[in-house]
Amino acid sequence: MLEVSKTMAEPDNILLEVKDLTMDFGGLRAVDSVSLNVCPGEIVALIGPNGAGKTTFFNCVTGMYKPTNGAVMVHPPEGKSQKINGFKSNRVTTIGMARTFQNIRLFKNMTVLENVMIGRHCRTTTSIIGAILRGSKTRRQERETVEISYDLLEKVGLVDVADEFAKNLPYGAQRRLEIARAMATDPFLLLLDEPAAGMNPQETKALDELIVRIRDTEKISILLIEHDMKLVMNISDRIYVMEYGKEIAQGSPMDIRNDPKVIKAYLGEDSDA
Amino acid sequence: MVDNIKRSLLVALWFVFLTFPLMVVKVNTLKNIVEWRWINMLWVAIGSFVLSIVWRWAMERRQLKSKKAEQGEEESVKPGFGQRLLEDPKIFKPVLIVLALVTLVFPLVVDIYQANIMVLALIFVVLGLGLNVTVGLAGLLDLGYVAFFAVGAYTYGVLNSFFGFGFWISLPLGGLMGALFGIVLGFPILRLRGDYLAIVTLGFGSIAKIVIENWEEVFNGAKGIANIPRPGFFGAEMSIHTATTYTYYIMILMVLFAIFITNRLKDSRVGRAWMALREDEIACVAMGVDMARTKLSAYAFGAFWAGLAGVIFASRNTYINPNSFTFMESALVLSIVVMGGMGSIIGVIIAALVLILMPEYLRAFSEYRMLMFGAVMVLMMIFRPEGLIANVRRKYAGRKVVTEDANA
Amino acid sequence: MEYFLELSSSGLVRGSIYALIALGYTMVYGIIQLINFAHGEIYMIGAFVALIVSGVLTIYGFSGISILILAALIAVIYAAAYGYTLEKIAYRPLRNAPRLSPLISAIGMSLFLQNYVLLAQTPDFLRFPALIPDFEFMEPIAHIMGSPELVIVVTSAVSMVGLTVLIKYTRIGKAMRATQQDMTMARLVGVNVDNVISMTFIIGSVLAAIGGVLVGSYIGQINFYIGFMAGVKAFTAAVLGGIGNIPGAVLGALVLGLTEAYAAGYISSAYEDVFAFGVLVLILIFRPSGLLGKAVKQKV
Ligand SMILES: Nc1ncnc2c1ncn2[C@@H]1O[C@H](COP(=O)(O)OP(=O)(O)O)[C@@H](O)[C@H]1O
Ligand SMILES: [Mg+2]
Repeated sequence: MLEVSKTMAEPDNILLEVKDLTMDFGGLRAVDSVSLNVCPGEIVALIGPNGAGKTTFFNCVTGMYKPTNGAVMVHPPEGKSQKINGFKSNRVTTIGMARTFQNIRLFKNMTVLENVMIGRHCRTTTSIIGAILRGSKTRRQERETVEISYDLLEKVGLVDVADEFAKNLPYGAQRRLEIARAMATDPFLLLLDEPAAGMNPQETKALDELIVRIRDTEKISILLIEHDMKLVMNISDRIYVMEYGKEIAQGSPMDIRNDPKVIKAYLGEDSDA
Repeated sequence: MVDNIKRSLLVALWFVFLTFPLMVVKVNTLKNIVEWRWINMLWVAIGSFVLSIVWRWAMERRQLKSKKAEQGEEESVKPGFGQRLLEDPKIFKPVLIVLALVTLVFPLVVDIYQANIMVLALIFVVLGLGLNVTVGLAGLLDLGYVAFFAVGAYTYGVLNSFFGFGFWISLPLGGLMGALFGIVLGFPILRLRGDYLAIVTLGFGSIAKIVIENWEEVFNGAKGIANIPRPGFFGAEMSIHTATTYTYYIMILMVLFAIFITNRLKDSRVGRAWMALREDEIACVAMGVDMARTKLSAYAFGAFWAGLAGVIFASRNTYINPNSFTFMESALVLSIVVMGGMGSIIGVIIAALVLILMPEYLRAFSEYRMLMFGAVMVLMMIFRPEGLIANVRRKYAGRKVVTEDANA
Repeated sequence: MEYFLELSSSGLVRGSIYALIALGYTMVYGIIQLINFAHGEIYMIGAFVALIVSGVLTIYGFSGISILILAALIAVIYAAAYGYTLEKIAYRPLRNAPRLSPLISAIGMSLFLQNYVLLAQTPDFLRFPALIPDFEFMEPIAHIMGSPELVIVVTSAVSMVGLTVLIKYTRIGKAMRATQQDMTMARLVGVNVDNVISMTFIIGSVLAAIGGVLVGSYIGQINFYIGFMAGVKAFTAAVLGGIGNIPGAVLGALVLGLTEAYAAGYISSAYEDVFAFGVLVLILIFRPSGLLGKAVKQKV
């Protein structure tokens, strides 16, 4: 807890700054005063046993829930810093933070390409009238949307199935499609909720490379919830650990591996790591 | 096999028991006599026996299909009828040409009665296309759609009887009033969950009718508004026959207009957002789509068409009263959308024509029409939720091709 | 003052009837999150069966209270059978379908049942015999609350107490509560979820049929369409109280019944249904979890 403030980087070098975030559900405190920062170019992991409150933390940051307490500040690379507690999630996405879901939420009866195209929605402007008239601006936007979406599908390796219904994709491909869809919103920060869940080792390996590539070539920072310790230790710059809603440790992968509190939390919980 | 028959016999027995009081006994509480209609039991027994066999067979097929889908071998092997129709110009073109010819000469070869019925059917096509956006594309179950239909009809009726407005001015106004009401009513309720929305819109539908019935000064209450003029043509005098033919052609244009616009929207940023909203509201909003705006636009857009259709309806009948705007009309349009296939334009057109024309031509059937619609809704949901003709998703050409495509 | 009492009594009667129907909505919704649109039709069928039975019995010379008991009993049995069959045909195959599918199926069933009764019986109103006897001790206040009113209120109250006991203390009640909390978990610990759902429909239908018999006898006439409006009102009551919440349904029904009675009495009876819907819209906009319901956040 104390270390947080010590290691805290300068505000102008932070993208996401969460301070003392608390979320209650009736009597249950799912997230208890958690603070977390993500800096540009970082891959940060959030780990912890099931039910620790990680997904709830994501939901608070991305506007799905309004946090009970605390502050979520964003400092976009372009644009002004602001406190985004209680913003609707579409606003959060428009500001530049996009997410994926632990239990995949694709648009099942739309094609793979269309799923990604939805991600472009907040970066385009065509209105009903515009769509009916189909003027040059509309057509240009439409063309760009298609191009960008194809590009993204290529990056996650799904071009071949662009015209399939999303529901017909295998599990691993669905997870990658969610990532592509989130990337289509032009985020500066990508929040991935257990992207490797349900993947086989090869797929996980490919995902590992994909995430690093997104960071390095797309210049998108990443906040990641993951149970696969190998993946987490491999790619993360820093790791935060939660248990029972509380933040119990943070630091480099090295620190975390040797932290007795973390080991206890995981062994005690009969971890799935 | 024997087992199958045994089970069906049991089912038949159960339905005999179930329907016994209502189907057999008919009491006249005034005269104190009972009529026993035993023969009905025979029909119920035979009917439910056969249906139960068919039902079980259909259920087995359904399970097989969903098992296949789970293993990833979906229909993609064989594109559906709708898909083929749209994609193969060899089938598509001649069909279209024949259809266009038939449509054009139709009012010239049939009598006024038939033409009039066709106009009604086409009005329901437009209603179906409108509701198809709200329910089929955007997934907002609107059970009070008839309210907007009434708004359109009464816009024309009231504007005409008070201010002498003509058809052509009232037509766009009716559409706009529909959309306006859609926005005003939709605004407070669109964040409600789907099933609540259904009930509230049902409420709006009923309220609309009650208000019309009771507000004598403006709507002339239950008596309705009479002497509404048919569509005019630069003030030319027209016989009823010519006027009906004329209305028919207006309706055809309107349907084409509706198809054109809905089609453009379907494959646009707006249409995709509608569909995404239907598929998964939470994910859709998380991808940056403004839920309130998107829902409101779908709702108002659907209402717009109902408003337009309402104006034409008023001019076709030359008389409107509240009884044309009941829940039954909403249910009828809904079954058109359900049967046609949520989101599918061709499907909705065919369903509207079938559901409106069939009872008109098969008089014997008309008594049973609401019964059938009810059954159709249930059966479609269970066995063919995608509708008779499933919605075809557009394929977007890849980068290289798309440039030419978009400029073409 | 007397007018006020009259209105209160009529509101109480309405509220009791709504409550009987609303319980079926709320129980079903609590377990499978479905607005059982056809529930009002079950109530209507209950009334029809009672009418038919009492008609036949009258002709065969039965009398008074024995007709009431037999008619109500058979109506209840039939309503239960219809409710059970309804669930099995129209909802069970759609257990895992998208949310709107069972709802549309329910609307279809509602249309179907309405028209089934219309075709099998008659589109006209039928006179319903006054089954409820007049009690002498009610004479002095009969202008405010007569015997039928008293019977309706008492029967509803007893039914609700019965339901509460059933849910709190019996095995099936426990299974129902477990299923409502978490269907998957309930299944894992050995609850037969399909049976629980069937049972929920049966209980709901029984209550609705009781309501149907009481209303028929009170109003004196029925037709195939009475279930529709009553169903919508009762659903409103259930939402008002907090859907899925049993005491809530009763409270919501009473509030709605009284509101309607006062509004009809003091403002205008033509707009009676408008008030009911107005209440529904307002409650959904400002407090969608209802009077007694807890606000739950949807898990993402
Ligand atoms: N919408 C909600 N309503 C009530 N409780 C919730 C809700 N969402 C999550 N919880 C509870 O919060 C706790 C943390 O859940 P979650 O954030 O999903 O954990 P994790 O993602 O770390 O596995 C759990 O006990 C869960 O049951
Ligand atoms: Mg989680």
